[in-house]
Amino acid sequence: MEFLSQPWPWYVAGPLIAFIMFSLLLSGKRFGLSSNLRSMCAIMGAGKHCEFFDFNWKAQNWNLVFALGLIIGGAIASQWMSAGSVNLSKETVEELTGMGITNPGKQLIPEELFSWNNLLTIKGLIFVVLGGFLVGFGARYAGGCTSGHGISGLSDLQIPSLIAVIGFFLGGLTITYLLLPYILNI
Amino acid sequence: MKFIKFLIFGILFGITLTKAEVISWYRIYEMFRFQSFHMYGILGSAVVLGMIIIQIIKRRKLRSVDGTPITIAPKERGISRYILGGFIFGLGWALTGACPGPLFILVGNGVSVFIVTIAAATLGTYTYGRIKHKLPH
Repeated sequence: MEFLSQPWPWYVAGPLIAFIMFSLLLSGKRFGLSSNLRSMCAIMGAGKHCEFFDFNWKAQNWNLVFALGLIIGGAIASQWMSAGSVNLSKETVEELTGMGITNPGKQLIPEELFSWNNLLTIKGLIFVVLGGFLVGFGARYAGGCTSGHGISGLSDLQIPSLIAVIGFFLGGLTITYLLLPYILNI
Repeated sequence: MKFIKFLIFGILFGITLTKAEVISWYRIYEMFRFQSFHMYGILGSAVVLGMIIIQIIKRRKLRSVDGTPITIAPKERGISRYILGGFIFGLGWALTGACPGPLFILVGNGVSVFIVTIAAATLGTYTYGRIKHKLPH
């Protein structure tokens, strides 16, 4: 039980992710979470006026069930298996503290950026709302997210997925190296 | 009932990403600053094992449980959509500290404000669908 309550090392998590991808393939499905966002648009009726959402989303129902599992899995882990804090590198903690984040790593996420109380502040809107919008827009534009391109696509040695992953990093590094110090100062 | 196994896979994935701290905004920041091996170890080992698994599937011509051959459709060719879409996704990933899977897992972890992020991501996907034809692909 000791193991379950400790944070899991990379060599446990990585193989488990590959195992889940393999299980989905054996079940005749493809690993890709961002498809659910498209399904949700279709379920809400977007297919009536937009061709892109006029597809057989019911064939993707299994994936919505998978997403429901994610919520339940997150709840189980946080209730019974969680330490609650994040074991960050010293460098990261110092850097974020320097940028005004209080106690980096003490919780899963920085509450000053992600909470209902701060949602309607400029920072809240940038991190919670704009960030989410870009995730959904970019994933569909690129035709996949971390699971579809990063894990499945790269595993299948697909060049488009490699290009997409390079794009993911160019975007991510733009935030952490160029923009974040300014955004956190707003 | 035929969906129960997908629920179980999802639960396992949700527990894994929570326990490995992949759903932490801090971990994503740390990754995009190259300050820890943790995230690279996770993604790297998943991809290396995934490559081996897919090679085995292809060489042994494995079939899925319903008897159909397992094939992974090649992504359509192109550069613009992958680099531009990927870039936009990366901006969002570093801001929210979460890609689509962790968005759901964080809600399960009780960080309910991520419901708003999921709604915003859905709106982003919708917006893409509406202006798709105007974008370079």
